[in-house]
Amino acid sequence: MSALHFQRSAYPLIGILLILGIWQGYTSLSGISPLVLPSPLEIASVSVTRYDLLLHETWPTLVETLLGFCLALAIGIPLAVCVANSRLLNLILYPILVATQSVPKVAIAPIILVWFGLGMSSKLALAFLVAFFPVVVDTATGLQATPSGLLELAHALRASPRQVFFKVQVPAALPFIFAGAKVAITLAVIGAVIGEFVGSVSGLGNLVLSANSQLDGPLAWAALIWLSGLGIVLFSVVALAERLMMPWEGARQH
Amino acid sequence: MIKSAVSRSGTPPALTGIETTAGQQPVQPPFGHFKDVHKTFTRAGQAPLAAIDMVSFDLHIGKFISLLGPSGCGKTTFLRIAAGLIPKTSGIVQINGIDVDAPQPDFGIAFQQPNLMPWRTVLRNVLFPLEITGGARGEAAERATNLLALVGLSGFENSYPAQLSGGMQQRVALCRALVHRPKLLLMDEPFGALDELTRMEMQDLLLDIRAKTNATVMLVTHSISEAVYLSDAVAVFSNRPATIADFIAVDLPYPRLPEMRYQPEFTELEHRAGRALGITK
Repeated sequence: MSALHFQRSAYPLIGILLILGIWQGYTSLSGISPLVLPSPLEIASVSVTRYDLLLHETWPTLVETLLGFCLALAIGIPLAVCVANSRLLNLILYPILVATQSVPKVAIAPIILVWFGLGMSSKLALAFLVAFFPVVVDTATGLQATPSGLLELAHALRASPRQVFFKVQVPAALPFIFAGAKVAITLAVIGAVIGEFVGSVSGLGNLVLSANSQLDGPLAWAALIWLSGLGIVLFSVVALAERLMMPWEGARQH
Repeated sequence: MIKSAVSRSGTPPALTGIETTAGQQPVQPPFGHFKDVHKTFTRAGQAPLAAIDMVSFDLHIGKFISLLGPSGCGKTTFLRIAAGLIPKTSGIVQINGIDVDAPQPDFGIAFQQPNLMPWRTVLRNVLFPLEITGGARGEAAERATNLLALVGLSGFENSYPAQLSGGMQQRVALCRALVHRPKLLLMDEPFGALDELTRMEMQDLLLDIRAKTNATVMLVTHSISEAVYLSDAVAVFSNRPATIADFIAVDLPYPRLPEMRYQPEFTELEHRAGRALGITK
């Protein structure tokens, strides 16, 4: 590949390796207890040896996150369509949306737990709650930001409101929708973990808590690393979907 | 400023041999008939703004007319009224026998900006009007491809607009305006955003396409030489609120050639337009 390509992949890697090296050096030289700060090698070895447990605990968190995210899209996008196309609904709903968003999700988690119990539905609800807002706001913004020239063109061609919506407004809003979805998917992981922290029987968040209480520092850290990995993978999947659904964005650079 | 050429609400100037004076009834009504067209914008909390005072002229089939005037004079407003995009306040706007109060299916329109959809390929942008009217069948793709070839964009059918230069994008927009075989092509400063050389190239291209499609064209411009070079007639608009300051028949033969720009007849017509605009004495 080109020198630029090499720089793009090599330099971040150098940064990460540098941090890991300092971390490894510090833990081995200072003799700090692995309970307080395990070394990167210890964490890596636990990630491999307790692979089964970590994978087993990943599934609930993954399912909670994905369901919460999908629910946020399924409810958020239609709601954004209403808000974007009706001034009345905009006036009624927007203040409520902003008000709900300003409620700290961590503070509402115990209440959600009372409503939905210790099982999956409470985590799903929290993942939905945090993922919902960026989806609505970005989608509504995108639908309202249709270039006026394109709307005028559609008007000149006597396009029906339905055609304007599906052939002009929605494709024009796609970059915004994906921007919202990328924020939402990372937030959904956080929502699911908050739910697991407040009360749960499974999941990576639950594993972090239980490993910590059993003074198993390396396992707690391994669970944390897996959680980050889960977030990165899910984000990449959304980013990939974006590239596949919007091939014209990639075409720009050629 | 010369206003004597056309009285404010008098007889519309005729564009061809067909006279509309008393005693000589036209053989057929003109393709486009504009009489005493007036437009005042009213907005809540603001003083009403008269954009067009009184504009009358006739446009005959197959002819190319330019609306020339200073920025903000109401010529674009007039084009938009003719296109049915915005309502007139009063007057008569008849095109092809229809009182225009909404966009018509047999109009093609090109704007100052190409207004291409970034998510559609060049070919699918050109086909967009037919997709809206439900005529995007197999034959349509062939027609769109032929139009693209006519403007020199063969091989770019599957490119995205972002991959094209401004001039190329404007050519795609021109194909899109023509794909449904419009009887009237309306253009709002379509080459205004292009550099001078590209602009002159596009003018020749437009004349070429017009000769091949026989479309009637109404073009808004603020370039005197562009108006004279392209048109059968130039309607010179006054400052806002617009009236017709002069109506200039351009008796230069088609096909127009770049060399004609330097002929005395050409510069004389430019000079007359300049006088009507109040630029020269």
